Amino acid sequence: MQDILTILRDNWTLLLVGQYPNGPLGGLAITLLLSALGLVLAFPLGVVLALARISAWRWLAAPATAVVYVVRGVPLIMFIFWVYFFLPAVIGRTVSGFTTMVVTLVIYQAAYLAEVVRAGIEGLPQGQVEAARALGLSYLQTMLKVVLPQALYNMVPAMVSQFVSTIKETSLGYVISVNELTFAASQVNNTLLTKPFQVFIILAGIYFLLCSSLTQLARHLERRIAARRAGTDAARPAPLLGATPAVALKPAE
Amino acid sequence: MNAKLDFAVLLRPDYLGMILDGLLTMLELTVLAWVLAMLVGMALAVVRMTSSRIAQGLVAAYVEYHQNVPMLVQIFLWYFGMATLLPAHWQQWLNAHHSEFVFAFTAVGLAMAAYVSEDLRGGIRSIPRSQIEAARALGLSYLKASRLVVLPQALRIAMPTLVSHTVLLFKNTSLAMTIGVAELTYVTRDIESQSFRTMEVYLFATAAYLCISLLIMAAGAWLERSLRIPAR
Repeated sequence: MQDILTILRDNWTLLLVGQYPNGPLGGLAITLLLSALGLVLAFPLGVVLALARISAWRWLAAPATAVVYVVRGVPLIMFIFWVYFFLPAVIGRTVSGFTTMVVTLVIYQAAYLAEVVRAGIEGLPQGQVEAARALGLSYLQTMLKVVLPQALYNMVPAMVSQFVSTIKETSLGYVISVNELTFAASQVNNTLLTKPFQVFIILAGIYFLLCSSLTQLARHLERRIAARRAGTDAARPAPLLGATPAVALKPAE
Repeated sequence: MNAKLDFAVLLRPDYLGMILDGLLTMLELTVLAWVLAMLVGMALAVVRMTSSRIAQGLVAAYVEYHQNVPMLVQIFLWYFGMATLLPAHWQQWLNAHHSEFVFAFTAVGLAMAAYVSEDLRGGIRSIPRSQIEAARALGLSYLKASRLVVLPQALRIAMPTLVSHTVLLFKNTSLAMTIGVAELTYVTRDIESQSFRTMEVYLFATAAYLCISLLIMAAGAWLERSLRIPAR
């Protein structure tokens, strides 16, 4: 315990902001910057992918589905290496580790966000679309003015969870030497040499505090939104049938 | 970038041997970690069902830790950290027996156990209490009611998430390369740095990961379909 406090006292600036202001920004600051940029930039892409995936046009739905499956089926580390090797070749100049990581996270998170958005859209009662179309709104208008605003609101907790996933994924920046939190901690470990357990338990503790509080926030939001929806839905006769599991659970008559 | 793809380079005997070893190590890692995850996950789910507040809290903490700390950090903590806390003769034995492999599957398996226990708990909780009451009223013991009424339904409900977490576990084995386990990602980098056939090696590895992931998903979907209870 004494060791942990000493290590924290001697290295807390390195873990929080890296060499800044005497050198480049690093540590937790870069971890947060990477995850925020990754998720924010991935969001519009995720919405487009989701709309393409549920589209009735197969030439639009098929490639979007393929993208989602490739991302779900291949480890993030493989994507990092793809971007690392091929992004410079494509754009014709060298790329920093930070940019490599942002690009990778955007691609990866876009596919996962697409699934979140799709679930949000499919979770809405079909009657909403039918009513909007009956009122004369076009498909695009229905999506933009009726479906997405409600779906996105219901998705807020899932987005927070996705932010947690992104934070955890930035730790892989270590592999291509991006100076984020995990990399900073391993540098601390390399200078101390004799206290690996203490260094890595500090590292795990920082991630835990950050991600666990965000997870709690997501749960809190989920309860609030569920309560709000239950309130407004009280007048409706039946709950969403789409939300019941695929397995028949009817008790035997 | 190479103008022409030449996959024949992957068939050179030395590279082919590395690839096969890498694939085998990856599969061993996946299977061992999966078995560990299932066993520990089931035990955790059972403990969480008990009425002891302390036991429930401990399992909740276990789940919370493993779901909120990056997999890579957990692997580092095991390999660099926990290893130093073990008795000296254990450390020596482990170092002589591929300690990196042992710690990799331990870390991945224990982390996934948290997800498995949550999947199982979700499945069990979705069975209405009235079913247990009905089963008990029909004269079944608590164990029999669990085994014959609750679990068969709960496992079917938990199947989709269990399958997607199995895919996640499989993908996470790639992180073992960071501590020097020669699985597929590790040998891919190795061959790339020796042959410079970047495109070919990475295309092959990506395709291999994708195929196995899709295979797991397909097997899961097939299992779900064939186990489905016909609706009345």
